[in-house]
Formats: sequence, structure tokens, C-alpha cells
Amino acid sequence: MEVIGEIFSINGPVVKVGKCENFKMHDQVFVGDEQLIGEVIGVDGDNTIVQVYESTTGLKTGDRVVSFQSPMSVTLGPGIIGGIFDGIQRPLKSIEDKSGPFISRGLSVDPLDKSKKWKVKMLVSKGDVVSGGAVIAQTPETPQIMHKVIVPPGIGGRIDYIAPDGEYTVSDVIAEIADEQGNKTQIKLSHRWPIRVPRPYKNRIGIREPLLTGQRIIDTLFPFAKGGTAAVPGGFGTGKTMTQHQIAKWSDADIIIYIGCGERGNEMTQVLEEFTSLTDPKSGALLMDRTALIANTSNMPVAAREASIYTGITLAEYYRDMGYHVAIMADSTSRWAEALREISGRLEEMPAEEGFPAYLSSRLAAFYERAGYIESLSGNEGSITIIGAVSPQGGDFSEPVTQNTKRFVRSFLALDRQLAYARHYPAINWLSSYSEYAGLLSGWYEENVDDRFMLNRKRIIALLQEEASLNEIVKLIGSDVLPDDQKLVLETARVIRVGFLQQNAFHPIDTFVPIKKQFLMMDIILYLHDKSKDVLQRGIPISQLIETGIFDSIIPIKYQINSEQLDKFDLLRNKIDEACKKVIENNEVVKR
Amino acid sequence: MKMEYMGLKSISGSLVILQGIKEASFEEIVEIKTDEGDVRIGKIIELAKDYTVVQVYEGTHGLSLKNTVTRPSGKPMEFGVSREILGRVFDGAGRPIDGLGAIFAEEYLDVNGKPINPVSRRYPRDYIQTGISSIDALITLIRGQKLPIFSGNGLPHDELAIQIASQAKIQDADSENFAIVFCAMGVSKDVADFFRKSFEESGVLGRVAMFLNLSSDPVGERIVAPRCALTAAEYLAFEQNMHILVILTDMTSYAEALREISSSQNEIPSRKGYPGYLYSDLASLYERAGMLHGREGSITQIPILTMPNDDITHPIPDLTGYITEGQIVLERSLYQRGIYPPISILPSLSRLMKDGIGEGYTREDHPDLANQLFAAYSNVQDVRSLASVIGEDELSETDKKYMRFGEQFEKEFITQSFDENRDISQTLETGWNLLRILPRSELTRIDTKILEKYYPRDEG
Repeated sequence: MEVIGEIFSINGPVVKVGKCENFKMHDQVFVGDEQLIGEVIGVDGDNTIVQVYESTTGLKTGDRVVSFQSPMSVTLGPGIIGGIFDGIQRPLKSIEDKSGPFISRGLSVDPLDKSKKWKVKMLVSKGDVVSGGAVIAQTPETPQIMHKVIVPPGIGGRIDYIAPDGEYTVSDVIAEIADEQGNKTQIKLSHRWPIRVPRPYKNRIGIREPLLTGQRIIDTLFPFAKGGTAAVPGGFGTGKTMTQHQIAKWSDADIIIYIGCGERGNEMTQVLEEFTSLTDPKSGALLMDRTALIANTSNMPVAAREASIYTGITLAEYYRDMGYHVAIMADSTSRWAEALREISGRLEEMPAEEGFPAYLSSRLAAFYERAGYIESLSGNEGSITIIGAVSPQGGDFSEPVTQNTKRFVRSFLALDRQLAYARHYPAINWLSSYSEYAGLLSGWYEENVDDRFMLNRKRIIALLQEEASLNEIVKLIGSDVLPDDQKLVLETARVIRVGFLQQNAFHPIDTFVPIKKQFLMMDIILYLHDKSKDVLQRGIPISQLIETGIFDSIIPIKYQINSEQLDKFDLLRNKIDEACKKVIENNEVVKR
Repeated sequence: MKMEYMGLKSISGSLVILQGIKEASFEEIVEIKTDEGDVRIGKIIELAKDYTVVQVYEGTHGLSLKNTVTRPSGKPMEFGVSREILGRVFDGAGRPIDGLGAIFAEEYLDVNGKPINPVSRRYPRDYIQTGISSIDALITLIRGQKLPIFSGNGLPHDELAIQIASQAKIQDADSENFAIVFCAMGVSKDVADFFRKSFEESGVLGRVAMFLNLSSDPVGERIVAPRCALTAAEYLAFEQNMHILVILTDMTSYAEALREISSSQNEIPSRKGYPGYLYSDLASLYERAGMLHGREGSITQIPILTMPNDDITHPIPDLTGYITEGQIVLERSLYQRGIYPPISILPSLSRLMKDGIGEGYTREDHPDLANQLFAAYSNVQDVRSLASVIGEDELSETDKKYMRFGEQFEKEFITQSFDENRDISQTLETGWNLLRILPRSELTRIDTKILEKYYPRDEG
């Protein structure tokens, strides 16, 4: 089975292998005496091209390269959730145990803990007929996640043997399936799946419900959808990672796969620390109990960065097939694209835009296409939502990665450097961001939140648009000369910006806001706007209204009203009524 | 016994190509001896069956195709470390150049280091008081952070780095455990001398290890200089349990050296001719900062870079900003108005600040105060541009207050002298004094409770 070649040349992570005709594309190979892990990425007449997922320092020409003729794969089974892995699914904890705080090369560690025993309950009995994707057993992986043991796609037949309920490791055989010809296949708690092959499903279901994040500007103005795709581009310091962390913490997905792709080591440490201490608002369980981390930090080998994205999405597909809603954070897809560029450059391929290979766009498309709301082979409904951060060079959105990503995602949250400079967080620009899901989800919002939800959303967006065009005038002549109704637009828009769009990730109440409160906040701001309009129509100047402090008193409600006290919004309404009434009365007294 | 090889196949820039080398390994160090007895070192950067590309650190001047003997060393570039390196001066390749003789090394370490495992990292939370108000209050430096200074030619980044280094007080760390690793890459001799003199004046020279690759020194060595420096820092921090401040200057020269070598290798360039791996290469330096579980020490990095044409979107500051944990940006127009340190606070940022300030770290009001100062100063910019159109007299009352706030902020808060060391409470008090210029209703970023406690004081 094994095929052996020898190294012909070495250039960074790219190794050319000679004397081997039997290497297949995307085969996993072991390079040199230290058995570094690599993958075949090109085959031509004389040479096979291998990208090596570890540092190639010390390799020699003539060193052996071995292939066992199986594609680059991940191991799928219980023990993934709560773990932190490198780009090719090696647990970083096991690596630490073997090599200390610095990562050595050529370490062979098991992706999943082979000694841990899982308490498995069987769900089928001998003689049952099952097909690929069927759930035959289950085990509680974490307090929150019931892990379902799936027959690997492509295998099917009659259950010939099923183990009794009990405790098993990931490599124990729990069932045997015999197909029509009588060939038997052993089923274990885990199976392997190639990372570059999307896992099959029965069919795709359209977008049905939003992926709620508890972040106001996202949930109301630019909603994400379960099974949808989103991109978060922004220059450095605009809060991409912060936004990704907030979504990973508070979104209502069942499972989070967080891929730290070419980013800072301390950020992964932070996620690890925070997620093992924070609890999920929905279930009360630890966030880490629904999260798996993939870390290829910027100083880890670049080729593994390219693989990390595929490793992450394959893990996500596995949990999707069990019927879970999975959200993937890929931070940052630009680093992945740059890894592609680096490898492509070393292969001396003809570059397209800015040195990126011409296949950048098709690779991005293929990645985002693995998102979706589906019915799995066993009939479960599950989804994968991909939220990709993009780090445009120089903060310029016209660069190839942002532009190509824009073609394949349907929610686009543009992070804005000016807003970040003013410490307006999240620094999501409300004029250049968009979500194509808003229309698709309007039914859900109207049914599950309030039938005025979409109307309010529209009005908020209109007010912000109007403010933007008024600001053009204000920049030239100041705001004093504007008529009162336009001043009111500016004042309301200020309340929207400061009181609604700005959200404090470090405030215990404000960091996560339930959708009902988000609606009520929009509603109260618009109520204030309408009431003020009535007052202005009586010819009363807006300055009198502003002096009452009613606008400023709406701004801090995000901190003052927690999600259990939503009835307080009624009191606010009364307060607005009173303030308006008082202003009107004062003016009538003056008239008399 | 290693083989020796006579002659070269070709020479291009700092690269030489050899043929027929056997038993060489990728990225190992080779020695090249000229017939004049001159010994140079180089690294194998591309290896194939029929040819070997070597990058010569000291440059290729005086080499010919015939006059050399090359000997592979069988190992990657190493630097010999011991506690003795403090107080010493080295060249870019880690050889002592202060005439005090060789270092008695305790061990030899691969200068390329190994990536820190993210699970072994300790998240940095201890704040370092630099005594500079704008940094302490708004861009707080945290022990184990990498916080670069984005500067321009002719701006006082060297002074600022020295001021930070000499005033930096790490909470409850005894000074015995504090040392500086300084690495100069492609800077002029004057700059290196300025640092040396300043370290001497503040009496820390004995606790500084200096690695100098001046602008006249070979380009090849510029690539290894920071790696030697960081290897020294890692040894001192993680094996000797010291708190190390690493100053790297100037990262722009470093990146340019990388570009030079890349282009002589005929690599496909990405943006502005820089190689596609510039990001990964810079990361391999910057990520060597931090703290580890179970180890006392820390590495805090302050890389300095001069932005070509003061352009923050240039690839070097741009990629740096994506890797480092924030940035301190210097601004020419502030400096021209006589403001020192000319820190432009709006584009400046410390990413780790949020977890190292506030109650239990600095003071409870610090996060809100910082947030409000940023927001207010950002508004000042809008008001100023409005004033430049309609004139200051036409501004509303509130806007006039913002104008005054902006002026005072630059004069009292940002400005301080080179030897002025302000403690954190003094800095925060100055901040509150400035906010009192503004009406209370403008202070929307501050929690009501904190506002009640701090805003009214000294009023009237």
C-alpha cells in the first residue's frame, strides 16, 4: 500500500518529490526522517509537488517521502467539542504534553483521545437496515451536546452486530454492517473523512430563520441567517476579531467552530480563557462545551493555514449531519488567501491580481458553498453558517480577497476605520453594510418578535440615511441653520447611533441583548421621534424639547433595562408623553 | 568530517549558487572561506538535487566563482546564550563587537526559534506604567504585549522608545529582573549611539544586550539580527525568569532587506515588490513576545517602524498592525506644532488594554474615562473642520467648548517633557479636569455612577 519517493528540491514549505509515479492528488504524505506531515498538491511528469504542514528546516534532498495512499483527512468522533487543534487536527494540549510550550516538529499525536471512555447508548438493533448517515448510537459529549454516532456516508446494509450499551473508546468497534454481498464493515465511535470533500446530505432547504447574535446592529439591520454566509472585512484595529468573538459567544448556534487562521497567539489564548469561564445565556452551560477551536497562529507553518479552513468546515459538517446548527468563525480568510498566494508563488504559477493565484475566486466560492441549511442523510435538519473575517490590505475594500468574497456572501458587515477611531463599537458602517437575508427573514421576525419589526427596521435605516445626507450640509454651514424637522432627524439619528448602534461588549447587560429588547429599543426611539414631530408641528422649537433632556435619557436605556425588566419600556413611553405634554403646556401658557 | 566544496556556480546580490553539494539540509548554515582567509556565513534558502542557493549574511563583495571554499555546518544558525550577554554589544549575526571577548555560552539555541503553543500562553494582564499620560491612559502597555511605534522619518520615535524604556515600571517587579534587548536594523550609527548613550545615562547599560546591524552593514545580516536578539530575549525571559523589553528598530529597513533578497531570488512579488510571505515573516518575529504558563518571565516588544511617506496603509505598517496588539502612531503635524510626544491618539490603539485596566488593575474609572476622551477628541476633529469652514465664532456653544477641550487636551495631556514621569492617578486626574470643560450631558460614554463620583469634584 505504501508508496515511496525521494526529495528532489526544497523551497520553503514546498517540496518536490522525484521517483514516484503513484502519488495521488491530495494524498497525505510523510516527509523525511522526522515524518513531517504533508499533502500532495500537484503531480506532473517528473515530480510530485508536496506542501509540508511543518517547518522544512533540516530536510535534505534524497530524503524519503512516504504515502499510504489515503487523502488528507480528519478524525470525526466524540472529543472534538471543547478541544483546541492545530490546522491539521492535532490537539495542541497533546502537543504541549510532548514538546512543552514551544511546538516541535514531526510530532505524532492522535486527533482524539484514544483512552477516554464514552458512555454510549445504542439506538439500533441487530437486523435493522441502515444507510450512510444513519444515527446508530449516541453519547453525551458535553453536558450540552449529545453526540450522535453516524454511519459513514457511502456505507450501508444490515446491522450484523451491535455492541451493548456501555463505555467505549473512539477506536472500539460498536457495530458491524453487512452489505448485500455480505461484505462486513466495522463501525467505530469515530471515522475519518477527507477534508477537501464536502460531506453529502439529502437536500438543501432554503433560509428559514436568523442566526441571532445578541448584537443589535446585526440582528436588526443586517441579519445573519442559519445556513447563510457573512463576511466581516475591516482594516486592522477596526474590531474584526472582537466582532467574531462576540458572535462566537452569544449567537444562538448549537455549536461554534472557531478557526484562528494566521492570527495572534494571544487571541486564541483569550478565547480559551474566556470560553472556559463564560456561560451560554440560553442553556447556562459553559461556552467551551459547545465550541471547538482550530488555531494556526501567524507564526505557525503557513501551509497548515491553508488546510485549517478545510479542517474546520469538515468538523462543522459532521455536527451539521447530527442535526445541529453550527456557526463557523474564520478569522481571517485573508490569511488563508495569502497562504494560497505564498504556495502559488513558490510553485511559480502565473499570478493574477496582486500576486494572488487565478483560482482564488473559485477556492473562496467552494468554501462558502459548504454553508447551508440542509436535511441530512438521516433526515435531521441542520445548518452551517460561515462568518468569515477579511483583512483587506491597507483597509482598502477594492482588493481581491474582499471583492471576491463579496460575490459569495450575502451578509456584508463593513468595518469602518473612522468609526473605530471615534471608538464607536461595533464599528460597523451602517451605510455600506448590507444583508440580503433581511427580506427572506421578514416573515420570521414578524411572526416571532413583532409584526412591526420590519417596519421599524426600515424606518431606522431611513433615518440614518437622511442623517448622512443632512451631514453633508452640516459640514458646510453648521447645524444651526437647518429647519427644526431636520434638526429632529439629526437628534433622533444621534440617539440611534449612540443609544442603539453602539454596543458595549464589556458591559454585563449590553454585551448580549435579546431580540425582544432590541425591538423595544427601536420602538421607543421611533416613538420619541413621532411624538417630537407632533410637538414641532405646533410650531414649538426643538431646542425646548432637547432642553427637557428626554433625548439624552433614552441613550442609557441599553445599560439600565435588563432583559427581565422589559415592562420598563412602558414607563419610558409615559415619560416621553409627559415631557412632550409639558413642553406644549408651557408654550400655551406663554401664548396666553 | 564535513565535505568542503571549491568555487561557486554564480553570484547574484547577496545570493550565491553552488552545484554538486551533497548532504546539505534545508536552511542549514554554511561557511564560505575566501582565499584571503575571510570567513563568511550563509544560509541555504533553496535546495535541489542539482543546485543549492545560499544567502550570504556578510554580502558577496570580493567573492568570485573560483576563490572560495564552502563548508556546510550541518546545523541551522545558532546563538550562544548565557546571562553574560547583558551589557554586551553584538553584530547582526550575534558575534561580540565590543572587544570584550567571546561569550562563554551555556547553550546554543536555534535563532529561528519555535512557535509558542497557544495553549501554553498566559494571557497578558499586568499593566506597565510608562509615565507617559497618552500611553498610560489611552494606549496602555501591558507586560507581554507587542506594541509598535508607527513613526515617520524625522519624528522623535527614538526619544519616545528611550523614555518608555527608562520610565517603564512594571507593577511589583523588582528591577533586578528587568532587562532590555535592543536590536538595530539598518539604522545609522548616530541612532545606535543615541540609544547607547541614553541607556548609559539612565544607568541601565549593564542590563542591556545590544545587537547592531547598522545601515552600512550587510543586508543579509539584517535578517538574522532580530532573530538573534529575540533568541536572547527568549532565553532571558523563559529560562532566566526575567522581564524583557525588546526594542526593534527600524522594521522598515528589515522589510526592505527582505525585499532585496526576495527579488535577487527572482521571486514573484506581491504588493509594492515585497514578497508574498512578508506577513508570515514579520509574524515569526512579532509573535515571539508574550508570557507562558509556569514561567515567570515575559517578553514585551516595542518595534519601531518609519512609515514610508507617512502612509499607514503602506504594506509594512499595514501588515505589522495586523499582527501586533495595537500601535502607537506618531503624527507629523502635531510635532510641527511643538507637541512632544506627538502621539496621534485616534489611530493609536492597545488591544490588550481592556483586560489590564480598571478596577483591580489601575482604577475603576479608567476604561470609561479613556473611552470618553477618545470619543470627545474624535468629535474635536469634526468641530475643527466645521470651524475651518464657517469660522470659530459661528460655532454653537457646545462646539466652542469642544474647541477648548481639544486645545487643552493637546497642551496638558499629550504634551509632556522627555524626562517627565507622571503616575497613573495624576494622568487620570488630568483627564477628568479636561472632561469638566465639556457639559455633563456630552459625556455619554461614562457610566452614571462613575460620572457622579468623579465629574463633580473640584467643580467651581
